[in-house]
Amino acid sequence: MNLREVWAARELLYFFVWRDIKVRYKQTAIGAAWAVIQPFMTMVVFSLFFGKLAKMDSHGLPYPIFYYSALLPWMYFSGALQQATSVVVDQQHVITKVYFPRLVLPLAAVTSGLLDFAISFLVFVGMMAWFRIKPGPALLLFPFFLLLAVLTALGVGLWLSSLNAIYRDVRYVVPFLVQFWMFASPVAYPSSLVPEHWRWLYGLNPMAGVIEGFRWSLTGNGQPPTLLLAASSAAVLLLVIGGMFFFQRMEGTIADVV
Amino acid sequence: MSDIVIRAESLSKRYEIGERQNYLALRDVIARAMSAPARLFQARKPQSPNGDATHIWALKDVSFEIHQGEVVGIIGRNGAGKSTLLKILARITKPTTGYADVQGRMGTLLEVGTGFHGELTGRENVFLSGAILGMSKAEILRKFDEIVAFAEVEKFIDTPLKHYSTGMQMRLAFAVAAHLEPEILLVDEVLAVGDIQFQKKCLGKMGNVAKQGRTILFVSHNLQHAQAICRSGMLLHAGKVVRRAEISEVVRDYLAQSPYSGANQRVDNGVLAFEGISNRAQLGRVAPHDDLEFRLKFCSGKAPLDNLMIDFALHNDRNEFVVHSKSRLLDFRFSVPALQEFEIIYEVKSPRLAPGKYTLTVYVHDGREALLWVDNIDACVVNAKPHFGVPGLFDGVYSSLLPEFSIRAEVA
Repeated sequence: MNLREVWAARELLYFFVWRDIKVRYKQTAIGAAWAVIQPFMTMVVFSLFFGKLAKMDSHGLPYPIFYYSALLPWMYFSGALQQATSVVVDQQHVITKVYFPRLVLPLAAVTSGLLDFAISFLVFVGMMAWFRIKPGPALLLFPFFLLLAVLTALGVGLWLSSLNAIYRDVRYVVPFLVQFWMFASPVAYPSSLVPEHWRWLYGLNPMAGVIEGFRWSLTGNGQPPTLLLAASSAAVLLLVIGGMFFFQRMEGTIADVV
Repeated sequence: MSDIVIRAESLSKRYEIGERQNYLALRDVIARAMSAPARLFQARKPQSPNGDATHIWALKDVSFEIHQGEVVGIIGRNGAGKSTLLKILARITKPTTGYADVQGRMGTLLEVGTGFHGELTGRENVFLSGAILGMSKAEILRKFDEIVAFAEVEKFIDTPLKHYSTGMQMRLAFAVAAHLEPEILLVDEVLAVGDIQFQKKCLGKMGNVAKQGRTILFVSHNLQHAQAICRSGMLLHAGKVVRRAEISEVVRDYLAQSPYSGANQRVDNGVLAFEGISNRAQLGRVAPHDDLEFRLKFCSGKAPLDNLMIDFALHNDRNEFVVHSKSRLLDFRFSVPALQEFEIIYEVKSPRLAPGKYTLTVYVHDGREALLWVDNIDACVVNAKPHFGVPGLFDGVYSSLLPEFSIRAEVA
């Protein structure tokens, strides 16, 4: 496992991320606004239907805060996943001509999503001010949850990326997968909905740990989601390590099949 | 203390060809698994050593050593395995068997403009492409002005690349690549870009890199380029290394291989193959006033061809045009079925050629696109006729502007 090589190629990683971001924003009219519109509008719809009308539990948080704090990592995850899945195939014209550690590609894919994340995060800060919610000391643990989110995207992305290089229809399955996954994650509802003795199983969904972690550290609301977190972290670790091995196995022949 | 920088040991590469299912779809795999679950776990059948109809060995058992500072020209016909060899050495693809050991930083130029993106400006693309090729940001910054000057695009460096002409794009791409300074450089036929001026500049730069003591592997079809830059050579044929020697010897062996030695395939769509002049032996000593007859052998490809027109040009050994005959002037068109060997007989009445060696250029087209263009075909040798007992007395005096000519086809 040549991680040293990947570290040596960190400048290239920077350039790939830089390129993705530049190209994405070069010729768009909406551009940066899209990073905000998506989570914001989803939050509005959720607040209206799940919140106001269905009156679902939000643990005392105002509905917009409850949903947006979950949509923040979710939008990042779903975007990063799409990018990571198709990056290897999309970059075939480069892969077949130059050697660089191929791991750089999915790494760049999950990194470039962080810019959009940062922009929508700023909106969240504004919302917190609006609702006059002050985060507690748990905020210090927020970087950990962000890292967990990135690792989740990376872990799943590595698997999907490798699979997509071999089976070309995988990228079309991803939007459906993400939809389904969202409802399996505590985005529209709190994880307390899940009965206590099943919660560890629920926690194997790494996004469950991420989302509850985001909610808790950003709003200071409720208890630290330790059980969920333990299960999620274990799942992420397995996903990332397994994903790296799988990706490396695929790497050798990628130039021939892509 | 060896200074071997590249050692290849029994490299082989097998590719699947033919009717392969292009891309697997997950649903197909699942469907197959449902219907025959045992098959998922069955071991693959052992492959036959020569490859069956679905496999070819692009490289077979290739071993060689390359020393520090060697400039090696790798030549061979299309399909001999040159690009595959470079790809394996560059770690772009893995060999099926064998291994290659490379010591030192390697830069590869398999294509011009790797990583270029139309939406970014020239400046941004220089950084992107440089990084992809392996240069550090500091290195690119340092060489930036040189690169732009080499490409002669200073005025346009901040315009998006999609507004560049193809020539400008190629020049910029090559400029970036030319400033790569790896210890080992692999170059795959990328010098065929740009106009003559630029090609000369590129060759010069490549030559400088060689002089600096770096190791270069240079794949090229252009034998002049290869001989200009390289000192030693490697001849590949059908996936094997056939000759490893000094470059002029390797070039000679390569030319001896071709059915039409020295001839240049300029355009080859794969629909028609030129197989040589079948009566070349009789054209070895012709007199200036002789009628000339050239019998050219062709073979059509997998599709029948229609409305073919053929143009001939005879050049002297200073590469000057001497006789030019277009089949359109005779209203000669011909059609051939698929996979058919046939001969085109080109007769020129008494062209009164000056003594010397002549080469033929053949250009086959169907009115819309060029199908085959081969030049530098060794055509005939015209001997001087002694006048008043003095050979060569009237050399260079003979000429004929528009000799009568005829073209006809004969199916083998």
